[in-house]
Amino acid sequence: MAELNCDEFVELVTAFLDGALDADAESRFVDHLAVCDGCERYLDQFRQTISTLGELPPESLPDEARDTLLAAFRDWPR
Amino acid sequence: MEVEAGSSARPFPSDAVLVTRLRDRDEAAFALLLDAWSNGMLRLARSFVSTNDSAAEVVQDTWLAVIRGIGQFEGRSSLKTWVYRILVNTAKRRGVRESRSIPWSSLATGEDDGPTVDPARFRGAGDPYPGHWWEFPARWPSPEQAALSGEVRAEVTAALAQLPDRQRIVILLRDVEGYGSDEVCSILDISAANQRVLLHRARAFVRGKLEEYYVSVGTPRGGREVT
Repeated sequence: MAELNCDEFVELVTAFLDGALDADAESRFVDHLAVCDGCERYLDQFRQTISTLGELPPESLPDEARDTLLAAFRDWPR
Repeated sequence: MEVEAGSSARPFPSDAVLVTRLRDRDEAAFALLLDAWSNGMLRLARSFVSTNDSAAEVVQDTWLAVIRGIGQFEGRSSLKTWVYRILVNTAKRRGVRESRSIPWSSLATGEDDGPTVDPARFRGAGDPYPGHWWEFPARWPSPEQAALSGEVRAEVTAALAQLPDRQRIVILLRDVEGYGSDEVCSILDISAANQRVLLHRARAFVRGKLEEYYVSVGTPRGGREVT
């Protein structure tokens, strides 16, 4: 089984993080990770990107829309 | 930073409890859901329609449909997934009216092909190490140094806005809202493989924009770095 190159590794990161690689592809991915500092850094930065995305502050529903919806809920016939 | 209502202080009620309370017209339960989920719904709706006002209307219409339909909810998905599916359908209909319809069925449209990292960053076929980095990706500041800066947020928000619609919708659901792969496929009615392609391209694009940003500002001295 051929070793993975860096340009192949970078395309598999999401599949790896989702646990979607088959056993063979996953072991090639991990083998490459063990010997390549550049790809280890790439993977870390991918993870950091994902966690930064998870910290974006939400937009919020305008108060009047919230009031309208609460009133609609209250008035809806059972 | 704003904390979503009910997300940390008290445990969020189970679906079974919520559905019963909604069917009993318990306004506190409805308010709890409105406050916990509307923000994420707004952000998602915004990907399908042209304006913030349209997105707010989509969210309102979705909640009205939830009020009408809660009696028919059968619990085959989680309550939140069910609500999000209604949102996506409502937003798609609205998007069609605004001529902003998104072609989910066509898998590869050019924007979803090709390498996600510039091939020029890797050594060519004639090199002793073909396909390997010429130069490793530049170091970034550690997550503690980088995470909550307003500039980083602005960079990420701008990067999201530049993504093709389908990629943005998937990354919003997966990474911003925190849904799992199965839930996203179910909400959008796309295959796991298609979802993964879109997500990976979107993440790689956002990572690339963060890299440009971190390189432009330089890594802070003295701090711990991500190696």
